[in-house]
Amino acid sequence: MKRDPGFYNYLPWDHRPVIRWPNGARVAFWVAPNIEFYELAPPRNPARAAWSRPTPDVLNYSYRDYGNRSGFWRMLESMKRCGMRGSVSLNVAVCEHHPEIIKACADEGWEFYSHGTYNTRYLMGMSEEQERAVIQDSIDTIKKHTGQKLDGWLAPALTYTDRTMDLVAEMGLSYVCDLFHDDQPGPVKVRQGKLTSIPYSLEMNDVIVYNVNLVSPRRYADILKRQFDRLYAEGEKSGTVMCIPLHPYLVGQPYRIAAFEEALSYITGHDQVWLATGREIAQHFNANYHDAFMAAAQPVGEAP
Amino acid sequence: MSQGLPEDYLAYPQRRYGMDHDRYDWSILPRRKPVAWPGGARVALWVVPALQWFPLDMKGQPFKPPGAMQTAYPDLRHYTLRDYGNRVGIFRIIEALSQRGIPASVAVNAAVAVRYPSLLKACTDKGWEVIANGLDMDHLHHGGLSESEERDWITTTLAVLRQASGQPVRGWLSPAKSESLHTPDLLAESGIHYLCDWVNDDMPYAMRTRAGTLHALPHPVDIDDYTILVQNHQTEEDFRDALIDQFDQFYRESSPGNGRVMAISLHPWVIGQPYRIGALEEALDHMLQREGVWSATGSQILDAWTSAQA
Repeated sequence: MKRDPGFYNYLPWDHRPVIRWPNGARVAFWVAPNIEFYELAPPRNPARAAWSRPTPDVLNYSYRDYGNRSGFWRMLESMKRCGMRGSVSLNVAVCEHHPEIIKACADEGWEFYSHGTYNTRYLMGMSEEQERAVIQDSIDTIKKHTGQKLDGWLAPALTYTDRTMDLVAEMGLSYVCDLFHDDQPGPVKVRQGKLTSIPYSLEMNDVIVYNVNLVSPRRYADILKRQFDRLYAEGEKSGTVMCIPLHPYLVGQPYRIAAFEEALSYITGHDQVWLATGREIAQHFNANYHDAFMAAAQPVGEAP
Repeated sequence: MSQGLPEDYLAYPQRRYGMDHDRYDWSILPRRKPVAWPGGARVALWVVPALQWFPLDMKGQPFKPPGAMQTAYPDLRHYTLRDYGNRVGIFRIIEALSQRGIPASVAVNAAVAVRYPSLLKACTDKGWEVIANGLDMDHLHHGGLSESEERDWITTTLAVLRQASGQPVRGWLSPAKSESLHTPDLLAESGIHYLCDWVNDDMPYAMRTRAGTLHALPHPVDIDDYTILVQNHQTEEDFRDALIDQFDQFYRESSPGNGRVMAISLHPWVIGQPYRIGALEEALDHMLQREGVWSATGSQILDAWTSAQA
């Protein structure tokens, strides 16, 4: 095991190349719905059980299933009303299980990136060959069902090996959402390829807000607006990124959707905000700032 | 380098169109045939208080259900607080619902019907429907049970509740919503018509069992009093607002001829506290001032839904 993941050098907030987003936007804003499939009885990963209760975990399984049957469709309408495209963090098996959801997203011009095969299949413990097979499955399945080239990665259920970043870069992906160290994109050091970390956010993620921090829907709306206000103000100096990661089984609950839509409409109603996708942010950063950020970063000292 | 995971970890035998099991079909709520409620109602209001018994010596296997004993034996504080609901809290709920002309479907542990017969009678006297809620909160249905043992539990539960209530007892809520793979089959074989464990929908839907069709009715945990007030540590106002916001959303999505179900799960030891009961009353008043709210029991909702499928 490593003491430091070794993915990035130190680049302090106040000593960076200045980022300018297209059309003078201050904030690159993106929304990342996690469209997931949780299996009722998956094989067990030695490091983690899929469910907290014995199989069948009817309560937790059906709670996730709610997102696909009901919550997604409610969330979709809210995003459409706000003119906001999604960048789908996709368990790619949803392409086979629920093609109607894939089509509904594709019809709105949403991006698809990979969140693994199922949210109940974890990467830890895999051999390099197995992990490559999972990534290749994502590349092939997204290509086959959506026609899109896979550019982004968020590991299934945030599970990894030490090789994950190297492998996704080597296999042609250009961005990852797994690192939470910044409010701007940044280069990720990999064996080969060019990989960028795009700010995703656990703080704004409805799983953390609702399932971990246990807050009310109206409070979530306040959190989203406060986050945006500050990033918008700071973005005048150098462009920032705000992401709202969503899960339809949570944000799509009837008692939560109106508060979310109110916050989303507040954000998208600003002038100097770039309503982007993950891929668009990564492309703009890679083309203009990736190398400059790499060069400006300071080597990390060896801890005693 | 690691040898990796067993080969079956990358095999996906259920990767196919629809669900990864055969219990029910994949179905998209907004694309279904609309269901008309009686009288052109838009929202069926379904209130489900639970009368539960948590034995003092409970084992909490295979997991502790919400509301379980917490301290070393004897955990008098949690035991008696749960019992507060059956002695005091439920009567505040009965009052709140009676004043507003709302019938309930009360989920009852068989143990409560035997221990407190007058409590069950107080509910049935109000015209409430009785739903079976298992033997007690220390008999969780789960995959480790033998089918014959589980069948015995179901048979005993239903015999006690049917005898005590004089009702057919058509609905079932498993303690802690915990099931084995066979629970729906065994329930259908025992004359149960609807099941309240699955939280994947806002409307009734059909499940397949060995004994024909069983229906799932929506019974969400998200907006129940235990989740919001105990688990999430939120305020009475947060609970009231969650009920109101849930109702308002269903009201917006519905129309006469395209109904929705607003289900409210209650635990008398939680919402029946003096400082909390008003939050429920305020939320109910908000709902009842709208046109097209149909206060119904689970059986009435199921029957209306079933006849609309024909």
